[in-house]
Amino acid sequence: MAFVTANWNPLGDAFYRKVELYEMGWSLKDGLRECLVAAAPYGGPIALLKEPQRRSPSARPQLEIYSSSGVTMASFVWKSGVVKQLGWTVCDDLLCIQEDGTILIYDLFGNFKRHFSMGNEVGQSQVLEAKVFHSPYGTGVAIVTGASRFTLATNIDDLKLRRLPEVPGLQGAPPCWAVLTQDRQSKVLVANGADIFILDNAVCTPVNPPGLSPQATSIVHMCVSFSYKYLALFTDSGHVWMGSTDLKVCLEFRRLMCRRPKSREPSVVIMWDRHLLVVGLFPYYFLPLPLRLVYRKLYPLAIEICRYLKTPEYQGVSRVLKHWACCKVQQKEEADENIARAISLKLGEAAGISYSEIATKAYECGRTELAIKLLEFEPRSGEQVPLLLKIKRSQLALSKAIESGDTDLVYTVVTYLKNEMNRGDFFMTLRNQPVALSLYRQFCKHQEQDTLKDLFNQDDDHQELGNFYVKASYQEKLEARIGLLQSAVDEYNKAKNEFAAKLTEEEMRLLRFQRRLEEEKGECLLGFSLHDTISTLLSLGLHKHAEQLYKEFRVPDKRYWWLKLTALAEKEDWEELEKFAKSKKSPIGYLPFVEVCVKRQNKYEAKKYVSKVTLDQKVKAHLSVGDLEGAADAAIERRNEGEIGAVLSRCSPATDRALVERLNRAKATAAKK
Amino acid sequence: MAAHLSYGRVNLNILREAARKELREFLDKCAGSKAIVWDEYLTGPFGLIAQYSLLKEHEVEKMFTLKGGRVPPADVKNIIFFVRPRLELMDIIAENVISEEKLPAPREAHILFVPRRSLLCEQRLKEQGVLNSFTNIDEYILDLIPYDGDLLSMESESAFRECYLENDQTSLFHTAKGLMTLQALYGTIPQIFGKGECARHVANMMLRMKREFAGSQNQILPVFDTLLLLDRNVDLLTPLATQLTYEVLSCDSDQCVQNGFKFAQKKPGEGGKDLPTEPKKLQLNSAEELYAEIRDKNFNAVGAALSKKAKIISAAFEERHNAKTVGEIKNFVSQLPHMQAARSSLANHTSVAELIKDITTSESFFDNLTVEQEFMTGVDTDKINTYIEDCIAQKDPLIKILRLVCMQSVCNNGLKQKVLDYYKREILQTYGYEHILTLNNLEKVGLLKPQTTTRNNYPTIRKTLKLWMEDANEQNPNDISYVYSGYAPLSVRLTQVLARPGWRSIEEVLKMLPGPHFEERQQLPSGLHKKRQQGENRTTLVFFLGGVTYAEIAALRFLSQMEDGGTEYIIATTKLINGTSWVKSLMDRPEAQIL
Repeated sequence: MAFVTANWNPLGDAFYRKVELYEMGWSLKDGLRECLVAAAPYGGPIALLKEPQRRSPSARPQLEIYSSSGVTMASFVWKSGVVKQLGWTVCDDLLCIQEDGTILIYDLFGNFKRHFSMGNEVGQSQVLEAKVFHSPYGTGVAIVTGASRFTLATNIDDLKLRRLPEVPGLQGAPPCWAVLTQDRQSKVLVANGADIFILDNAVCTPVNPPGLSPQATSIVHMCVSFSYKYLALFTDSGHVWMGSTDLKVCLEFRRLMCRRPKSREPSVVIMWDRHLLVVGLFPYYFLPLPLRLVYRKLYPLAIEICRYLKTPEYQGVSRVLKHWACCKVQQKEEADENIARAISLKLGEAAGISYSEIATKAYECGRTELAIKLLEFEPRSGEQVPLLLKIKRSQLALSKAIESGDTDLVYTVVTYLKNEMNRGDFFMTLRNQPVALSLYRQFCKHQEQDTLKDLFNQDDDHQELGNFYVKASYQEKLEARIGLLQSAVDEYNKAKNEFAAKLTEEEMRLLRFQRRLEEEKGECLLGFSLHDTISTLLSLGLHKHAEQLYKEFRVPDKRYWWLKLTALAEKEDWEELEKFAKSKKSPIGYLPFVEVCVKRQNKYEAKKYVSKVTLDQKVKAHLSVGDLEGAADAAIERRNEGEIGAVLSRCSPATDRALVERLNRAKATAAKK
Repeated sequence: MAAHLSYGRVNLNILREAARKELREFLDKCAGSKAIVWDEYLTGPFGLIAQYSLLKEHEVEKMFTLKGGRVPPADVKNIIFFVRPRLELMDIIAENVISEEKLPAPREAHILFVPRRSLLCEQRLKEQGVLNSFTNIDEYILDLIPYDGDLLSMESESAFRECYLENDQTSLFHTAKGLMTLQALYGTIPQIFGKGECARHVANMMLRMKREFAGSQNQILPVFDTLLLLDRNVDLLTPLATQLTYEVLSCDSDQCVQNGFKFAQKKPGEGGKDLPTEPKKLQLNSAEELYAEIRDKNFNAVGAALSKKAKIISAAFEERHNAKTVGEIKNFVSQLPHMQAARSSLANHTSVAELIKDITTSESFFDNLTVEQEFMTGVDTDKINTYIEDCIAQKDPLIKILRLVCMQSVCNNGLKQKVLDYYKREILQTYGYEHILTLNNLEKVGLLKPQTTTRNNYPTIRKTLKLWMEDANEQNPNDISYVYSGYAPLSVRLTQVLARPGWRSIEEVLKMLPGPHFEERQQLPSGLHKKRQQGENRTTLVFFLGGVTYAEIAALRFLSQMEDGGTEYIIATTKLINGTSWVKSLMDRPEAQIL
């Protein structure tokens, strides 16, 4: 067995070793000279722009993208402006920052995605230097212009340009600068001679790193650690200062062996190697490994890794598959059916797949039919419906919305249809979708009364039209009200609802009667029910009028008797009441007469009617006028145990003992029976 | 912490805590001091989730009621509108925001939609030009609100009307969503049974949503074994009947306010005059020991229960004479606060019981009950009823009449056209022709209907399901029929039969009741299958779509407590209803212009 530590080398009190994993597959004739180079983090792709300064149409720069092992992924002639800087986003998109401030974005296969500008004023003064940086908010870009002004965008996907304040005394490009992320803000740290400044949105603040040698007359290089926690400064005196990025703590300050390193990177990297632990911690805002693989279109590998990491399906495998499908729909040569089938086969019922995202992608690529096919697989209607509306499949959107049961979605589609279609088509569409129709009716009931009427009309729903007019009639003054009621009658007749028609006619008749009464007697009873009208007439002594209504509206005798009885008693018109009781045989018996009198505390009047009460109600009648003896006689006569009990329960210690005994005896006899 | 929610078999406090957490998170999103502008309808439901103290802890300094014009002045940084997604409310909010923006220092505006945001409403705000004025537009998913240890309500007043009258199934969508939330917290419910169109619709949506959430499958051991979805229109009879349990009667009386009880407490003032004091509000839920004991009893059994309790309490007070040693006295003193609380609770309930007794012993109450029981037992349901006629003639409250007529119609499977028209005419002439709209509504939901077939299947249903028990024991009940002194609520019988022996035994009756009946199973992830201990009870969630009455709740609680029952019930509903509130919700009253 070989000596296992043989290939480990000491570095201070730490050790390291070098292992060759693979050879680079590329063949670079001229090395990296006269090239702009950018390598994506974590073994991502490498971009090269050869001879970026070339401008003539005959000799243009060449842009090449390699995988981390040097396999060519894309190569094309650069026809756009002069590129100052290349960089990669966290999603492995390539940023090409031009001198004029335009930034072009390509995917890692060299396909152009989009472009944006760092501001108009950059065009004149031109970009001198640019840096691409990463933070929890995404990938950002910072530039410094010929006017020595910095412009910064923290997240290129949500572009907000910030022009930073002027740096005092700075002319041309600064000797060195870096971007920091502190307190949820991106800031620029810039050195000018021995002065160091921090630039944030509002101010330019001079800073003094503690323990920095006074010998240093200028800072020549600076570098920020991956986590933004630490900063290294290299001075012209050959000293390296290391500390926290807030410039409050100095960790190391020493003089390096080489006074002026040719290339600054190696020396600083060496220093950071002493803080391996820091380097080893991935800042959390970088993408998870499988997603990086996805951007590199290494789908099977990504899936394997997800499974190995036991990532929950909907966060892992499903997402990889979604990316695969989004890529698949862009394959122009394949037929819609084939793609849809391939996607559904592979994705199947995988958890949490967003088919609508895939469909959106297809639609963006101009493949509407494919998008519709894909949407069929989308289980979430909330996602499905808006897209269907966007691609103008509103009928389909409507049925999907209804299927979901989400009435808000249905309303949304209905409102959309209402604006899109002519009225006739719109109504016809609703007619075929009862759920949508009833929701729209609800909407109209609160918002558009007239439309509601039109809806009923087109459906020949005469019953509802009748109801509609009845409801509307209450909003109107008398004449208009009667008019609307007539319309209601017509509709009820058409609906073959004779009952409703007849009763509504009655209502009109009553209103007319009330109007006449107001004209003749000055009594305003408008809006009173028939019951209340008659009752008021009686209490006013307008017996003839009451009688007229009773006959005309064919009020049942029983109800009329109750009504008149109550009205007279309330008025305490005992004479009229007695006349009424004698007018003919009461259809409601005479117990009510007893009771209304008692209710008005007139036992004297009440007693007049007790004798007329039928046998089975006698006990009750006697009891309600407080005549125990009479009640007892009646109960005993009827030999009714319950009634005897009721009388007994009303007896008190003050009651005549003989009466109580008589009752008890009778009760015992009745019980035996 | 709301203690009364964690007593039951299922700890409903989890649900409440989840709701509170979400509320706190939203409030913290709007940094700085804030004023809440309330859609008045929401204050009740929110009261069950969070008190003012919680809001205050999160810098809520002022509360206003949503109305037109502008939000009253208050020195706060944020204004938050808590609203239901209703178009008419959006117009008011827009008005508020527009006037706010005219101020020199407008406050930041936010909207919290309850129970969820709505594209339609946001569209409306956009049309009004104010959509961009809001810093946060968010939703607060408050579907099922824990009401008591075994009771959840969506507090959706108009759910029955919307579903059965207006064909607007929004509340059912919220129901399905609420059940998904519940399953996220308490595990997937493996078995779903249902009866009725709405039940079917809810189950379909649930299964669909499960597919939408596929993958985010939760790994919680299921708390509920079964979900039973019941349409209110499967059992239209029960809510019409006068409820006879203590809880209901104490709530039906006028002083009852939202799950609390107000006493007009009087104390002797100076000069012998009685000065009315602030009404005392008694929080009524299972946290109050005595109330929990008596609320589900038939009112005829409450007196006995109260006097028994009185004896126990005075015996406990008598104990002090036996306390001799210092230790004994100390022990007695330590129990004193509890005993005093029990005594004052007893005093309260005794006075409530007295109020109730005045009602229940009155002749009109008795007469009404007699007629109801005649209908339920099928006596003369096909004729015009004299008692109803007399009540109309005396212009008794309309709702009472409507309840009785509807009950007769339901118990007779519709009324003869002649009888129906007679009642309708009597009602219109007495109470006003405008009620033609209400009568039409009652017909649409099936509460009133003309008899179409000669066959009345109610007697079959009554006999098969044993809806009427002659010898109902009110004092020591042995069957659910005690809650109505003889009538066993149909909905609860269906629940009972489902548990044992199963619906297959009543297939024929199920077909007579409206809507389909069904069973669905939801796959559980492997490893979550419950291994039932011997003798361990099953837990069933019964969901009443369109409302549940206290009597039904009492009956289900009775079933839960039965020794050999084998099933415990948790009850959920769109809204707690009683016959009056229910019929009221179906009424249409056009406001007449002054003529």
